[in-house]
Amino acid sequence: MVAVTPETGPNAAPGTDAGQAGAQDSGVQELGMPDLGAQLAAAFDAAVAADERVEPRDWMPEAYRASLVRQMAQHAHSEIIGMQPEANWITRAPSLRRKAILMAKVQDEAGHGLYLYSAAETLGTSRDELLDKLHSGKQKYSSIFNYPTLTWADVGAIGWLVDGAAITNQVPICRCSYGPYARAMVRICKEESFHQRQGFELLMALSKGTEAQHAMAQDAVDRWWWPSLMMFGPPDDESAHSAQSMAWRIKRHSNDELRQRFVDIAVPQAEALGLTLPDPDLKWNEERGQHDFGAIDWAEFWDVLKGNGPCNDQRINQRRAAHEEGAWVREAAAAYAEKHVRTESEARV
Amino acid sequence: MTSTSGTDVVRTAAALALGDDALILSHRLGEWAGHAPVLEEEVALANIALDLLGQARVLLSLAGDEDELAFLREERAFRNLQLVEQPNGDFAHTIARQLYFSFYQHELYAELAAGDGPFGPLAAKAVKETAYHRDHAEQWTLRLGDGTEESRRRMRTALDALWKFTGEMFAPVDGVEVDWAALEQRWLASLTGVLDRAGLALPEGPRTGAWAAGAGRQGLHTEPFGRMLAEMQHLHRSHPGASW
Repeated sequence: MVAVTPETGPNAAPGTDAGQAGAQDSGVQELGMPDLGAQLAAAFDAAVAADERVEPRDWMPEAYRASLVRQMAQHAHSEIIGMQPEANWITRAPSLRRKAILMAKVQDEAGHGLYLYSAAETLGTSRDELLDKLHSGKQKYSSIFNYPTLTWADVGAIGWLVDGAAITNQVPICRCSYGPYARAMVRICKEESFHQRQGFELLMALSKGTEAQHAMAQDAVDRWWWPSLMMFGPPDDESAHSAQSMAWRIKRHSNDELRQRFVDIAVPQAEALGLTLPDPDLKWNEERGQHDFGAIDWAEFWDVLKGNGPCNDQRINQRRAAHEEGAWVREAAAAYAEKHVRTESEARV
Repeated sequence: MTSTSGTDVVRTAAALALGDDALILSHRLGEWAGHAPVLEEEVALANIALDLLGQARVLLSLAGDEDELAFLREERAFRNLQLVEQPNGDFAHTIARQLYFSFYQHELYAELAAGDGPFGPLAAKAVKETAYHRDHAEQWTLRLGDGTEESRRRMRTALDALWKFTGEMFAPVDGVEVDWAALEQRWLASLTGVLDRAGLALPEGPRTGAWAAGAGRQGLHTEPFGRMLAEMQHLHRSHPGASW
């Protein structure tokens, strides 16, 4: 583990830290006492290294706060943008049972967005601020949602592969050093694993169904497999935030470790489904005790991330439109609440 | 034998009328997913849609196979009110539709839940859900009516636009044993109360369209309904006999 030394903790300096530490810092230094900022940073590092939870009122390095806000916001944005590709099939679901399952799933995603924006608010940033950053493109969401859902089987492939990859990524976050994020993730992971089983079951019904249904399922897996592997992020040696996040125990495993874990879980599941994973190089490596798999097309990954994916514009435009078209509703609710607070306080006087 | 099957036919038709209302409104509310004005409403509208879909599945199963009924009937065989098939429009239109329908459905299910007819058990469960739907519609009517000038204008427009579909709700449905005239009076009274608190007036004008052929309960629908069904039924119909 790479420890954050007080020297590299960027927050000991007064002025960069909005909280108490900065104020106390200057007072303490006037009295000629040792730098309290450095002591706080050292205590923080020790607590994190001892796997203690950081809570909203605790002192924390500004870079830790910023890194968490970035990650939690991206996660929240992914939940609400992720509603779109699946909502695309609510009105066409082929049975009432499947329709109920899909509606409940999309509703869960809205709920996850709510928890995560709330958890991010404990770090002093509002949901409105974060939404503005999503809408202006300053913050990202998971690139996987820039791929289209072209057939009903895509709903199953998203559940099985995309939610499966998300769970592999997210289960370790249940032990993240920041308490509110870790607690939100416990509930989210429970619901996600339910979604994954539903996706698997949907694909199983198609795979064992008519020839056309089986072909639909195989086609969906062909299209979603590689983008799902990209969900773990770039290879370890190219990942910008990884080392620091690992040190802060926001992240517990490297991108490549998690990707390997996912592949090893998915292979026997694909066999059970009677579907083929679209990778001729995929095979068991006896020596490593893991699967080898083919090269990922990282050019596509970076291209989609930059905005060139099949649905980047569509997703963000729909999100912006919903927000803008809903502005009058939010304004009305705010005006009504304002009038009522006023009326009630006048009544009390 | 004849009298039993006669009762069955009436009961089936009644289950279809109530079930189609729930099925079609659920579908319309499902269209909001990913488009709601605020995240809390994504959750709330989906919640109401899911409650209604649950009711629809119980009711359609009383009448036959739920999927055959939902996905293989032609437009003219659906028995839902024209109100519930109306397109979502802006958020005010959706809330106005919810206000009219949830107040009606709540009164109807409360009365059915108290009786000992075939729909009693379903109504006893559903009435808890409709109480929430009614509350949701009422709270938003107050916010929009007493919010900003724009929200008030939009809400008034929506209430007026949907008013002509409300008369049909109280045409007696065979096999649904309630006092329809009294139901209508209670609906009007509670609606008037909410609109009054929201600073909105009860719309004026006729509450039914001028077409002697009838309306939704007779299988006569509005043009947007056919397109809605085309979307809803397309995948199921594309794979005859398949299981999902």
